[in-house]
Amino acid sequence: MKITMAHGSGGRATGELIEQIFAKNFNNEVLDKMEDSAVVAGNKKIAVTTDSFVVDPIEFPGGDIGRLCVCGTVNDLLMRGAKPQYLTCGFILQEGADTEVIRRIVESMAETAREAGVQIVAGDTKVVEGNGGMYINTAGVGFVEEDVEISAQQCTPGDVVIISGNMGDHHATILGCRMGIENTIKSDNAPLNEMVNALLTNKIKVHTLRDITRGGLATVLKELAQTSKCTIRLKEDSIPVSPQVRDFCGLLGLEPYYMGNEGKMVAIVAKEDAAKALELIRSSRYGQDAAIIGEVTDEEAGELWMETAIGGIRSLEILQGEGLPRIC
Amino acid sequence: MNLETIKKYLKEYDGEEVALMEVCGSHTGAISKFGIPTLLSKKIRLISGPGCPVCVTPSAYIDRLIELCKEPDTCVATFGDLMRVPGSEKNLSLAKGEGGNVRMVYSPMELLTLAKENPTTNYIFAAVGFETTTPVYALLLESLIRENIKNVKLLTALKTMPAAINWLCASGAPITGFIAPGHVSVITGSDIFKPLADKYGIPFAVAGFQGEEILEALYGLVKCQGSGKVMNFYPKVVTAEGNTVAQKKVATYFEESSAVWRGMGAIEGSGLLLRKEYAEFDAGSADLNEDKKLNKACRCDQVLMGKISPTECPLFRKVCNPMNPQGACMVSEEGSCHQYLVNNRR
Repeated sequence: MKITMAHGSGGRATGELIEQIFAKNFNNEVLDKMEDSAVVAGNKKIAVTTDSFVVDPIEFPGGDIGRLCVCGTVNDLLMRGAKPQYLTCGFILQEGADTEVIRRIVESMAETAREAGVQIVAGDTKVVEGNGGMYINTAGVGFVEEDVEISAQQCTPGDVVIISGNMGDHHATILGCRMGIENTIKSDNAPLNEMVNALLTNKIKVHTLRDITRGGLATVLKELAQTSKCTIRLKEDSIPVSPQVRDFCGLLGLEPYYMGNEGKMVAIVAKEDAAKALELIRSSRYGQDAAIIGEVTDEEAGELWMETAIGGIRSLEILQGEGLPRIC
Repeated sequence: MNLETIKKYLKEYDGEEVALMEVCGSHTGAISKFGIPTLLSKKIRLISGPGCPVCVTPSAYIDRLIELCKEPDTCVATFGDLMRVPGSEKNLSLAKGEGGNVRMVYSPMELLTLAKENPTTNYIFAAVGFETTTPVYALLLESLIRENIKNVKLLTALKTMPAAINWLCASGAPITGFIAPGHVSVITGSDIFKPLADKYGIPFAVAGFQGEEILEALYGLVKCQGSGKVMNFYPKVVTAEGNTVAQKKVATYFEESSAVWRGMGAIEGSGLLLRKEYAEFDAGSADLNEDKKLNKACRCDQVLMGKISPTECPLFRKVCNPMNPQGACMVSEEGSCHQYLVNNRR
């Protein structure tokens, strides 16, 4: 069945769509009440975030917009040391969208939400003219323990820079789909609960966490260096990139350090805890390729320097220009 | 020779000052990417040359494309990096926003399919490039003729390197050696630089695009200062005589002409135009000579000639940046100003 403007009318067609696809998959005691807003328990510091997802194509190797819209918001909560609890979701469907595709996307969202330990407690659907596409907005709430203080301002000279795995997989996947380049690269879209929980429960001195999404590693680290007024030094040959993504980049003249990811984070941790932190991330789900890639120094405020494979020093800037639109 | 020995030599070099120009934009990119300037002695200066085809395209050419894209039943097809190159008033990206019919393609050969699928649209391909790209345009013409496709024309801005290098040397640019363009040399062969090396008594080194390959070429150039030697450090793909099949195809459809280089003016024998017998495929490429600056303070011309470093331009980073390029060197990823900015070269 195809979506028509009637599915956004708020009437019977809307009700059927919600009942048959959304409510069926997202069922939990809060959502099932179908009230105007969700009332949930909570007595801790809360983290709140929101993100909109417009990825094109909506289904791609290794994931889809449904998995992506849960992971994106969950990971943003995790990066402040929060334990993700609740999500809301707003669907903007274009006329002509196939309900079977919507069903698959919603099932994928529900499964990812279960994996990430969050409940989808509120939602909305609108239909607009168009040609069968869809956008999803998710907002999320997480609880933060009193003693947890993780922020972009806390990179400290002496700290060690760890990334949780290979760079560029998601970006290469989306670009490969759009350009029709045959390959077996898969998106890395994943919720990073397990590795963040491991760091927090083991009382690792984590100063900063950031998910490495649009703009890529270089943009994220340059921004951290600016916010924390420090220098970050990297070693190029320690940055993990899969051979296939490396070749894909070579073919298209791209650099993995500027490519977006959807299931990777950078952790800036105190030097004395670095080895333990690396071990914890590596033994967590989605963290097996984690690596120490550099260190924080007090040389100059806001600088990101990389020692290249032949020993030269390269200064990295934030991504300039457009990058790849509609990657998430 | 071993890499460490080369690196040690280049870092500790303490002889006469040398100024080496990498002509090719891809080399400018690779030099930044591998952090090569930090591996050199202060006595070795690198200069970025005019080897980015987009950067040297004059404003009149862009203006003509903008006019064409607004004509009825006409579509201008182009590589993406030409979209933001400034014309005298605006660029193709803005013209597209105003309703101009502009289409980005990855290969000129896509025109064959497009032209057949849309027989009532006249396609104009923005055929910009050096010796490396021209053979593809020759192949496109060959297919257009073979398949009797009449709704594709080329607006050419084709350039060739040797006459431009000659012009640079003759104009007194302070250059004591050239990293010769690797991709161009695949087509032309390394021998093409011999007459220039002899005439000016300066060395040329054909180089690949990996860090080690560039360091090897720099080492060769420093060692051979003052000699008219042509060295090939990219022998896996470059031969002395080049790709003669490609050279013949190009010669079938194109002939030597004068060409206008942005900021440098007209250089005799530095371009290619379609031969008269193929005039029906030409969208009016000759005489697009005007070259207005968008911003009078822009010093792209002196950057292209190696007379100043991009950072010495008063507009650099402040007014002129990749989001708001004032001159062509900031537009293309191969442009020297773009490279200096995104890599914080000083």
